[in-house]
Amino acid sequence: MREPVEPLFLARRTYRRRRLMDAAHLLPWLGAFLFGLPLLWSDPGTAAGLLYLFGAWVLLIVLAFALSRRLAEDPGNRPEEPGES
Amino acid sequence: MLSFNVIIAACLLYVVFLFLVAFAAEKGARRGKSAWLRSPVVYTLSLSVYCTGWTFFGAVGYAARSGLEFVTIYLGPTLVLIGWFAMLRKLVRIGRTQRITSIADLISSRYGKSPMLGIFVTVLCVFAGTPYIALQLQSVTLAFRTFAPETATAAVAGSLDPTAVWVAAGLALFTIIFGTRNLDVDEKHNGVVMAIAVEGVVKLVALVAVGWFVLFHVAGGPGAMIEMIEQSPIADWRLQADRWIALTFVSAAAFICLPRMFHVLVVENTDEKHLATAAWAFPLYLFFLSLFVVPIAVVGLAVMPPGSNPDTFVLTVPLAFGREGLAMLSFLGGFSAATSMVIVASIALSTMVSNHIVMPIWLRARQQRGGDPGDVRNIVLMSRRLTIAAILALGYAYYDLSGGGAALAAIGLISFVGVAQILPALLGGLFWRGATRVGAAVGLVTGFAVWCYTFFLPSFGPGALLSASLMAEGPFGLSLLKPYALFGIEGLDPFVHAVLWSLLLNTAGFVLGSLLVFPQPLERLQGASFVNVYRQSDATRGGGATLGEAEDLLVMAQRIIGTRDAQALFQSVAESQGKRGYLPDVTPAFLETLERRLSGSVGAATAHAMVGQITGAASVSVEDLMKVADEAAQIMEYSSQLEAKSAELERTARQLREANEKLTQLSIQKDSFLSQISHELRTPMTSIRAFSEILMASDRMKLEDRTRYSRIIHDESRRLTRLLDDLLDLSVLENGKVSLHLETLNLSSVIDRAVAATEGQSFEPMVRIRRERGAEAIPITTDPDRLAQVFINLISNAQKYCSAPQPELHIRVSLSGEMVTIDFVDNGHGIPASKQGLIFEKFSRLSDTRAAGGAGLGLAICREVMDKLGGSISYLPGQGGAAFRLVLPRAKAVAA
Repeated sequence: MREPVEPLFLARRTYRRRRLMDAAHLLPWLGAFLFGLPLLWSDPGTAAGLLYLFGAWVLLIVLAFALSRRLAEDPGNRPEEPGES
Repeated sequence: MLSFNVIIAACLLYVVFLFLVAFAAEKGARRGKSAWLRSPVVYTLSLSVYCTGWTFFGAVGYAARSGLEFVTIYLGPTLVLIGWFAMLRKLVRIGRTQRITSIADLISSRYGKSPMLGIFVTVLCVFAGTPYIALQLQSVTLAFRTFAPETATAAVAGSLDPTAVWVAAGLALFTIIFGTRNLDVDEKHNGVVMAIAVEGVVKLVALVAVGWFVLFHVAGGPGAMIEMIEQSPIADWRLQADRWIALTFVSAAAFICLPRMFHVLVVENTDEKHLATAAWAFPLYLFFLSLFVVPIAVVGLAVMPPGSNPDTFVLTVPLAFGREGLAMLSFLGGFSAATSMVIVASIALSTMVSNHIVMPIWLRARQQRGGDPGDVRNIVLMSRRLTIAAILALGYAYYDLSGGGAALAAIGLISFVGVAQILPALLGGLFWRGATRVGAAVGLVTGFAVWCYTFFLPSFGPGALLSASLMAEGPFGLSLLKPYALFGIEGLDPFVHAVLWSLLLNTAGFVLGSLLVFPQPLERLQGASFVNVYRQSDATRGGGATLGEAEDLLVMAQRIIGTRDAQALFQSVAESQGKRGYLPDVTPAFLETLERRLSGSVGAATAHAMVGQITGAASVSVEDLMKVADEAAQIMEYSSQLEAKSAELERTARQLREANEKLTQLSIQKDSFLSQISHELRTPMTSIRAFSEILMASDRMKLEDRTRYSRIIHDESRRLTRLLDDLLDLSVLENGKVSLHLETLNLSSVIDRAVAATEGQSFEPMVRIRRERGAEAIPITTDPDRLAQVFINLISNAQKYCSAPQPELHIRVSLSGEMVTIDFVDNGHGIPASKQGLIFEKFSRLSDTRAAGGAGLGLAICREVMDKLGGSISYLPGQGGAAFRLVLPRAKAVAA
């Protein structure tokens, strides 16, 4: 029997979108970890700390840009939000 | 050196420029060009209102004092924004669906539209906003002083600081003109947002320009700068873990909870998708703003003389290198930062004050006076203007009280910790359905109190508001309650200490209050619609019925019609659809059945709204539900009013009918009175005329005949006279023009007079009068002539009408309290019951036998006289004969 192609494609898209949302939920935690990491350093030099922090900052901005570009696309048939009760 | 006047002129020109921008934006919005005005870029730039004078001047000072720590203030908001999908998106969605106007409105609306919470959040925000406004005043004042050092010496301790006063007044005026020119229905200010965005650009350009100059023209490139950093005093700074975490957290919280941030983030948001852009663009903005802070600080510390204020390095460093244009740009950047903050903060605060404090009070006052609310727009505008002025005055007072000497960042942190107290109630409201109004109130009050005690009040300096001994040893020597070391935890940084305790106790109070207190229905409804905001709005879009909806319908139906009935209903419908279990397909037929079933319990409108809310067939907000309930209550009240009115109308109609009947009777009476009186007058006149004609016509008449005829004429004319006298008497009595001559005398003497008078009329058949002289000896104050007239009337009535062979009249006198009762009872056949109602009317005679030529006015006169004497006359049935009872007060009141 031939399966229709469309549902499989849709399900895959929905699946991707779900994982994208997961990533968006996790991004601030990654940010908190990166910004908190200097606390664990034994003696961060001010200049090194400065470079590290601004580097992490740029990384987060790039990640946020990539994620929000995809999330802001019109989702069409938007699935239900996970984890909202 | 730039002259002070040039600086002032530049400020004024800049303000005019901002006005033009705002006007153009508003004009464009009216012409429908809002697409460009409301682009994601403008939204992102308007968020830059987060970066105030604190950022522009204070960040460099902060970096010079404590190294990299300044960056936490921008890391917190970065985390919030890159996590927009988890939190901000929900907040903005709720703000749009619930038409939220401020953070106070959000909290109040989430917790059952509680006015108390609205007021409390407003007060908290005003308190927390005051140091922040003071910070802007201080930063602008510092900037002005940099250019005009001579004014600094003019400030004498204890007197008003003229620069700060001018700045405060100017900012107040600016904001009033800017923010309250008109009243927008949805609290969206196109012009203001545009101006803020422009100011955001100016800030960024100015700071980047100064940084660029420092990096490439002073230090000579990034590599050299890194070396310079390692050699500067900043390199000695060591990271403090507790401050680092607390600062990041508090700045993240403040980014959401600050009234002005909430305003631009949520209230001014026109499209949720703008958030997706701001999510990376605003962190980028913050990144560039922070990038040059450390270089400027390092260069400032290196080139400026020791002891100069690091908060003004952005101005003094370019000046030190003779770059006056750059300094001017930098000044305008700082001016932008401070003014944009003050404008948006005071607009947001004044909206809160007018919506949550002024309007409720005013409406209640109007309601009590029963007035109609009238045009509230002017009241709102006026209250907002006054609030703006008051907020700036408070800011100045704080500046004055704190001495204006503290570092900018230290002041800003006080505000941050203050507004962060809203965070538990806000987050709980967004994500936890179990959060209740009482919990939120307890948490907010606790957090506010702890913040005041451990951070806000001590910020004025020891001895200012909290005494030095209290700061050192705690209140009443209780060392456990020392403001900077609660519960004996010594050695913590005051900021970390305040954050820890205020938010810990706040959250604890919030959670405990929510767990212990059962919420009101409206709280639960609002809680559900806030926490499940996506589900509702997605359902309206999707439209497809799912099992989830059937389940929700079941849950709702169970609450309304009971578990067993609801399950039975759902099961039977599912069975008829050929399904097993309790969850049928959500078909229109099923919805109709369910709605009808529910309407039996809660009424049709509500049932429809509730089902509609779950299925999304018609998106109904809780507000709409409340409106339905309100309308139902109003209709009920209206119909009950109608009922009352129709009852009243019926009563009036009955009264009118009665009055009409009475009038008709009176008209009949008047007619019969006229015919009576003409008859009564005519009868004697006829005989007088006839007999006088006879007398005139015949000369030869016997003397006795002549005498007889003359007597008849005489008698008839006497009768006529008496009748006229009686009529006159009655008319005088009825018109109330009678004057009484009061005397005090014995009742028996009055009766004596009456009896004597009747005895003179010898042609009447004598009636035997029986009296009780002992009982009659009562002194009374009355008009004896009038009273005697009544007695005479009654006695002669008995003489005329008593039909007994031996007529007898019994006069009985008795005394009860202040009233004297006199009964006249004869032994005749009495008056038939059917006539008893008539006897006191004029010309009422029971028989037509004009026995004594009476005109039937006697008893009517008696009644009038008794009335005038303050007593009454009535017929007393059942005494064997005709019986009249007189009731008379012992002392007639003189006034009557």
